[in-house]
Amino acid sequence: MTTIAVPPTRFVSPAKALRHGFSLAWRGLVKIRKNPEQLVDVTIQPIILLVVFVYLFGGAIAGGTGEYLQTLTPGLLVQNTLMASLSAGVALNTDVNKGVFDRFRAMPIARSAPLVGAVLADVVRYLVAIGVLLGMAMIMGFRVHTDPLSVLVAIATLVLAGLCFCWIAVFIGMLVPTPAAVQNIMMAIVFPLTFGSNVFVPSATMPSFLRAWSDISPVSRLADAMRGLLTGGPVAGPLLGGLAWLAAVVLVFFPLAMRAYRRRVS
Amino acid sequence: MSLAIEAEGLVKRFGETAALNGVDLAAPAGKVVGVLGPNGAGKTTTVRILATLLRPDAGRAMVGGYDVTGDPHRVRSLIGLTGQYASVDEDLSGTENLMLLGRLLDLSRAGAKARAVRLLEQFELTEAAGRAVKTYSGGMRRRLDLAASLVSRPQVLFLDEPTTGLDPHARNEVWQMVRRLVADGVTVLLTTQYLDEADNLADSIVVIDHGRVVAEGRADELKRRIGGQTIQVRPNSAADMDAVARIVADLTGMIPARDDDVGLITAPVSDPVLLSAVVRRMDTAGIVVDELALRLPSLDDVFLALTGKPVAEVAE
Ligand SMILES: Nc1ncnc2c1ncn2[C@@H]1O[C@H](COP(=O)(O)OP(=O)(O)OP(=O)(O)O)[C@@H](O)[C@H]1O
Ligand SMILES: [Mg+2]
Repeated sequence: MTTIAVPPTRFVSPAKALRHGFSLAWRGLVKIRKNPEQLVDVTIQPIILLVVFVYLFGGAIAGGTGEYLQTLTPGLLVQNTLMASLSAGVALNTDVNKGVFDRFRAMPIARSAPLVGAVLADVVRYLVAIGVLLGMAMIMGFRVHTDPLSVLVAIATLVLAGLCFCWIAVFIGMLVPTPAAVQNIMMAIVFPLTFGSNVFVPSATMPSFLRAWSDISPVSRLADAMRGLLTGGPVAGPLLGGLAWLAAVVLVFFPLAMRAYRRRVS
Repeated sequence: MSLAIEAEGLVKRFGETAALNGVDLAAPAGKVVGVLGPNGAGKTTTVRILATLLRPDAGRAMVGGYDVTGDPHRVRSLIGLTGQYASVDEDLSGTENLMLLGRLLDLSRAGAKARAVRLLEQFELTEAAGRAVKTYSGGMRRRLDLAASLVSRPQVLFLDEPTTGLDPHARNEVWQMVRRLVADGVTVLLTTQYLDEADNLADSIVVIDHGRVVAEGRADELKRRIGGQTIQVRPNSAADMDAVARIVADLTGMIPARDDDVGLITAPVSDPVLLSAVVRRMDTAGIVVDELALRLPSLDDVFLALTGKPVAEVAE
């Protein structure tokens, strides 16, 4: 029997902690590969939204499907990333419920590893969600009128938005009892947030209270930034507004999420 | 002898419920301690505190020489844990589960793979190794869970009801595994509802009830503590039941318990010498006996006496 010859250390080194995070992210990806239906809500669902809105409402809302596709796609990318950003919370909650979390907690790994793993795996989901939706939109006739660099900035901004918003889901995920509850609560947040924005219809058509909100809402700001980056138009203003929102979300929810998480892992 | 597990005065409350009310426990290195107790006694709570998953409200516990609350990371590097409920990832295969744990324990990819293959073989899961765990039977899951707690080659192993839900063959395998580990110097703390399991495996037994230790010692010590021995006589012919009952009553001065279904007469005896007297009397009376024995009370009797609940009720 080879027992540990060197005495165990008190803490995990940051390099090891990162490796543990990557190992757990690998696990998340294997799970996605095995159950690709996990991705339905961020691939098939937005495609259905895209098709329905463009062909059904496009004429009524924007006076033509082609024009509507150009304004809807950038906004839908934002909504879709927000939807994707709730999976880390769901995944962590599932692990807590299934006892998998306890196994990790009883191991000499970094406390942060399951969290880092879940968030890293999320990034892949964001990229898949963005890629599938953008691809479908292109097939339907969406055209990028800017340069590749702008597209890269757009994708980076979306990933950043996901990484900022995911702390809401992580926070909720550490508080509520079941994965389904996380999902439902997050839906109740994401849906009003995205429908109460200029993603689907221009703010100008809304009643004044809604327009007031829609004009400053994070989703509208980010949607406008995406429009600027992908189809041309002003970028700096909406992007700054969006980034300010993201900073605010992180400032509020990251500490809350970490506190709730620490309470669960310590 | 050094202690691998040492707990003093553990207290844990969940709201109104006092799960633990001052539990003391000690396990010498390289021994097996069995924790017995009815449902809700506090077995799982005790294990979770020792495995650093729960903080006690009061009391102190050392595992492998490190404080579970003060130095949990070091404790975690020494222990393995198989909880009461499965804690493997249902979506991953057996191999993937064990490889993930190996990687988290800083084994190389090849090292983690080799370890996974070896453990799957040991737990007879090789055939199911590539299948998602959600397709496993309850017993297979349990075995994978046990394998998972051994990836790290722990010095101290916690097993919370390790054989619940296993068939007799699988249970035997687990017992063998525990014996092998102990031969290698591993300290094992296991909780169980099965008295024969504690009897078979544990060097010492701790009986807890309502969050308190109600008895502890070696199995035979516990049995002796419960008091005297029991004489059992099974006459060859049912017609002799009355005569045997009379003889036993005569000699022991107690009214014997008789079970006419199995044809067994039992009575407590204070003096073992009585056995030969019983033999002589039956010989004289010309009664042929199938079975005549003097036995210590079983652990079941001990359990009943200590917790006031019959085992059947305890095991539900
Ligand atoms: N998380 C919790 N919240 C509230 N009460 C709890 C919690 N965990 C345990 N308890 C209570 O603490 C007591 C001890 O529970 P524990 O799980 O340690 O018992 P046990 O001996 O393992 O029982 P079993 O044989 O059923 O597994 C029980 O009354 C239980 O209801
Ligand atoms: Mg239990």
